Amino acid sequence: MQYSNKVIGHFKNPHNMGAIENPDGLGQVGNPVCGDMMKLYIKVKDNKIENIKFQTLGCAAAIATSSMITDLAKGKTLEQAEKISRSDVSDALGKLPPIKEHCSNLAADALHRAIQDYKKRNK
Amino acid sequence: MIYLDHAATTPLDSDVLKAMQPYFNKLFANSGSIHSAGQEALAGIDKARQQVAHFLNCETNEVIFTSGATESNNLALTGIVDASDIKKPHIITSNIEHPAILEVVKNLKNRGVEVTILPVEHDGIVNTNVVQKEIKDNTILISIMYANNEIGTVQPIKEIGELIKKINEKRKNKIYFHTDATQAAGYLNCDTKSLKTDLLSLSGHKIYGPKGIGVLFVKKGTKIKPFQYGGHQEFNLRAGTLNTPGIVGIGEALSIVKKNRDVNNKRVQHLRDKLIEKTLKEIEGSHLNGSKTKRLPNNANISFDKIEGESIMLNLDFEGIEVSTGSACASGSLSPSYVLLALGLSHLQAHGSIRFSFGKENTIEDVNKTVEALKKIIKRLRLISPIK
Ligand SMILES: Cc1ncc(COP(=O)(O)O)c(C=O)c1O
Ligand SMILES: [Zn+2]
Repeated sequence: MQYSNKVIGHFKNPHNMGAIENPDGLGQVGNPVCGDMMKLYIKVKDNKIENIKFQTLGCAAAIATSSMITDLAKGKTLEQAEKISRSDVSDALGKLPPIKEHCSNLAADALHRAIQDYKKRNK
Repeated sequence: MIYLDHAATTPLDSDVLKAMQPYFNKLFANSGSIHSAGQEALAGIDKARQQVAHFLNCETNEVIFTSGATESNNLALTGIVDASDIKKPHIITSNIEHPAILEVVKNLKNRGVEVTILPVEHDGIVNTNVVQKEIKDNTILISIMYANNEIGTVQPIKEIGELIKKINEKRKNKIYFHTDATQAAGYLNCDTKSLKTDLLSLSGHKIYGPKGIGVLFVKKGTKIKPFQYGGHQEFNLRAGTLNTPGIVGIGEALSIVKKNRDVNNKRVQHLRDKLIEKTLKEIEGSHLNGSKTKRLPNNANISFDKIEGESIMLNLDFEGIEVSTGSACASGSLSPSYVLLALGLSHLQAHGSIRFSFGKENTIEDVNKTVEALKKIIKRLRLISPIK
């Protein structure tokens, strides 16, 4: 198994790391079996993701995809962000090792949950 | 590089390399050939067989050279089952064995063998009383590893060996006792007479010998069948042209281990103890896995709360420090180390585990640098973690 340079880059220097106080939406996902966990916080303004941050407990794949999803989602409208898929994230990182699939799916799942959470709060 | 992964493999000792070298291109002949070139190669093998027999306190014709401990384990378990005339034979092993035992056992189970997989105590040690309780009329084989590869815990092999010997005195069908001594061989006494084992596996590359060479000790009189056919080598038990350089290498490696054992054990234990002491003191939320005392002198297995092992391991790697992890992410399956789970650790605790295994070339500098790097890495990863 080998990680791409892009994955290692995000893993070493993750973007948008940390929590947002009073977020407009929070997405929490975890895999109780493997142990990886992720929290994704969003701030929404004019239907756009104005700010986004993550906290992740996990391997290089989990941390790199967390970092990448914040890059992909930042500044996007909610409709655009909802369409970001699991494979968009891994494509943007130049592919992940196949056995890392479960770790790398967390990020897109967390984003979708955060948007759902935002919508629920603003119904 | 600070290499702290000696349980995975060790560098080749330079004296071992020197002993091996002539057998690649000068003394290259087939040790089965009757001409004098063949006999020269055979002399190298004979010497190695003596070195191994000396190490195991056994006869030279009880030493079978294999391609490694995986093959030794396969041959031991499958060979004993295949040679048994019990209708539905029963074998006993533990739940922290290496996959080179557990997967073989699984395969035997699929073939209709009855299998009991013993639990270990929270400290990672098999209880001899529990072994005794599981013995049945149809039990033909008990296989318990000498020392564990992940947590280094040392099993009471001599105690179990004595128990089985006593039980055998009163029964018709003999119970054979096998131990996988792959991790133990570098550090513990492997006198097969004192341990009372019938079969014992070991491997060259864990003891500063070459890769791809191993030994299976098979006590005289043991009923065992080969599973590889095609030649008379190794007393008809393991067909195939002998790996002369490898065999010379493992013989030399074992004799060096035996000669330097006490000094080397003390040295690595000192380093290992310093690492444990400093880490547990200086890093909050760190815990030693497995017995503190009944473990190999070179092994430390530590869990760090609220973070994941592969990310610790890779960050250490960026600093030039090589270790391994029991994390689910590094396992290729969804589950973290079954050995750590067998101790009663939660998935999350096992997820955050790192194995440090020392070797003879490590120094106290290595320990200090590793702890400093760990402190920095753990702090950063906890900052990223959603669990506070
Ligand atoms: C306890 C144990 N048994 C067996 C093996 C397999 O040894 P080999 O690599 O020689 O096949 C290993 C090595 O990882 C081990 O640690
Ligand atoms: Zn993972």
